[in-house]
Amino acid sequence: MIKFILGRLTYLIPTFIGITIVAFSFVRILPGDPVLLMAGERGMTPEHYQEMMARLGFDRPIWEQYLEYLWRLLHGNFGDSINTKQPVLSDFLALFPATLELAFCAIIIAVAIGVPVGVLAALKRGSWFDQTTMTVALIGYSMPIFWWGLLLIIFFSGTLGWTPVSGRISLMFYFPTPTGFMLIDSLLSGQKGAFASAAEHLILPSIVLATIPLAVIARQTRSAMLEVLGEDYVRTAKAKGLAPGRVVGVHALRNAMIPVITTIGLQIGVLMAGAILTETIFSWPGIGKWMVDSISRRDYPVVQSGLLLIAGIVMVVNLIVDLLYGLINPRIRHS
Amino acid sequence: MTDTPVTGPAPGTTRQMLAEFWFYFRENRGAVYGLYFFVALVIMALLAPVLAPHDPIIQDRSALLVPPFWQEGGSTTYLLGTDAVGRDILSRLIFGARYSLFIGIVVVSISLVGGIVLGLVSGFFGGWIDAVIMRVMDVILAFPSLLLALVLVAVLGPGLTNAMIAIAIVSQPHFARLTRAAVLGEKNREYVMAARVAGAGKVRLMFRTILPNCLAPLIVQATLSFSGAILDAAALGFLGMGAQPPTPEWGTMLAEAREFILRAWWVVTLPGLAILITVLAINLMGDGLRDALDPKLKRS
Repeated sequence: MIKFILGRLTYLIPTFIGITIVAFSFVRILPGDPVLLMAGERGMTPEHYQEMMARLGFDRPIWEQYLEYLWRLLHGNFGDSINTKQPVLSDFLALFPATLELAFCAIIIAVAIGVPVGVLAALKRGSWFDQTTMTVALIGYSMPIFWWGLLLIIFFSGTLGWTPVSGRISLMFYFPTPTGFMLIDSLLSGQKGAFASAAEHLILPSIVLATIPLAVIARQTRSAMLEVLGEDYVRTAKAKGLAPGRVVGVHALRNAMIPVITTIGLQIGVLMAGAILTETIFSWPGIGKWMVDSISRRDYPVVQSGLLLIAGIVMVVNLIVDLLYGLINPRIRHS
Repeated sequence: MTDTPVTGPAPGTTRQMLAEFWFYFRENRGAVYGLYFFVALVIMALLAPVLAPHDPIIQDRSALLVPPFWQEGGSTTYLLGTDAVGRDILSRLIFGARYSLFIGIVVVSISLVGGIVLGLVSGFFGGWIDAVIMRVMDVILAFPSLLLALVLVAVLGPGLTNAMIAIAIVSQPHFARLTRAAVLGEKNREYVMAARVAGAGKVRLMFRTILPNCLAPLIVQATLSFSGAILDAAALGFLGMGAQPPTPEWGTMLAEAREFILRAWWVVTLPGLAILITVLAINLMGDGLRDALDPKLKRS
């Protein structure tokens, strides 16, 4: 197992270096001079320009600049935001829990509904349940989620007036946020109605973000289950008279879950992309909205490091999924 | 000695293959409906100037936010109503089909050709060439596709052309990986060996001998990328980074309509519905293609 883990880790190094090269080149391939861009519309004197060039290291060879960039990254220095003047990493860490909370709720919705629906659809193959849920799943899979979010706002916030339109919690509540997770912090605050307000704000964005992963997980679970149900060992289990529940639950489901877990892991990247749209629609103060705002504000240090941090997170999650995959499937581990 | 008997299928079998393909494709009713819709959409896009009742760009200042005809205050002049600056929504939707199909075709063409060449080279030559190409693909795949496309467009400048280039770049690794996997499965088969012995050059081996036998998964992936490209381009348009106003692109239309969501449902609902139905139709077709082309999944 340790050999397997080490193998996967060494496999990641070239990808990680590639990601840093992409993030590093980002500022260099921008049209225009990066120093002038940072100066903004005020411009700067030639002396100040030279000083900035030297200070930012743009006057040195490109490989030297890259190595220094890498060195700074390894020391946790991701540069400062032009907009907030704060280190990018501290802005990121402050906003990340909001995205994490949203993504976590979304994946719970997607798995809690998607897996049982997929299993049932496979067991009742060809039934109206199978046909209806799989049609709905395909619709969900084809959904432009930014539009879906707007529709939910029109209906639940506009027509019914049930849910708020944007933000994480009503403005009337104010309390410290030690964990960054609004659901937990609102409970800890002990203020009446705070938790309900946080939950109300969370529900629509979570549904929107869960839509595509839910559809993918339901479809994948169904096809994995169908494949497993056709296997010899399932027939054997049935033939030796095991209860149908045991055949499905123990023999079939456990094996069908292997590809499903990979699918769930792969949805993390989808969730990150979805967070960009979902957070923009619901003005959710997370890293997706932060990236979009930084792009339109031309806050390039944020875009550069945000890109790197998000790709790094996706990479680490994929690694964990890979390792889990090896853990539950010895065939992969020993191949 | 000629190598024709070894490579291409004998004449006459192509028709048979098509017939067999249609037989399986037809079994999936959803796929057939998807195909019908898609054909109708293509016709609509081609005939847009004839079909559209109004110019999609011209603003009628006397008819702002007119609701669809069946609703109170609506008129048959503007069947699906008008937007905030008095443009006919129906005409904009019809012209929008042109953009969406165009985006799909361009993105799939670029990423398919790029992916096939990279995948073929990677799988055929192996060694360090393979390692380098596949690591570069890994790097592209490590970024959430929409985020990378968004940043690329920010670098290149907002606009439809740059959005298409960005989406093509992020969707191309899927083709490269699929092609490589298929090539690895095929390159040691006997017919390839036979062609090699018969003296076929490397380029001929790659493109004429191996590639035609790797096409099935690529065709399925192409339909998925087609619908994905439409969704991503609409998302970029929605974020203000894709087609720019007043282009009647569906995502851009949605972005312009956002502020009216609570008082004029039609300006928001209709463009999104157009995206959803188009993407759904293409995905239905993709499911049918997979059933018909992938023998492993056939009859499952």
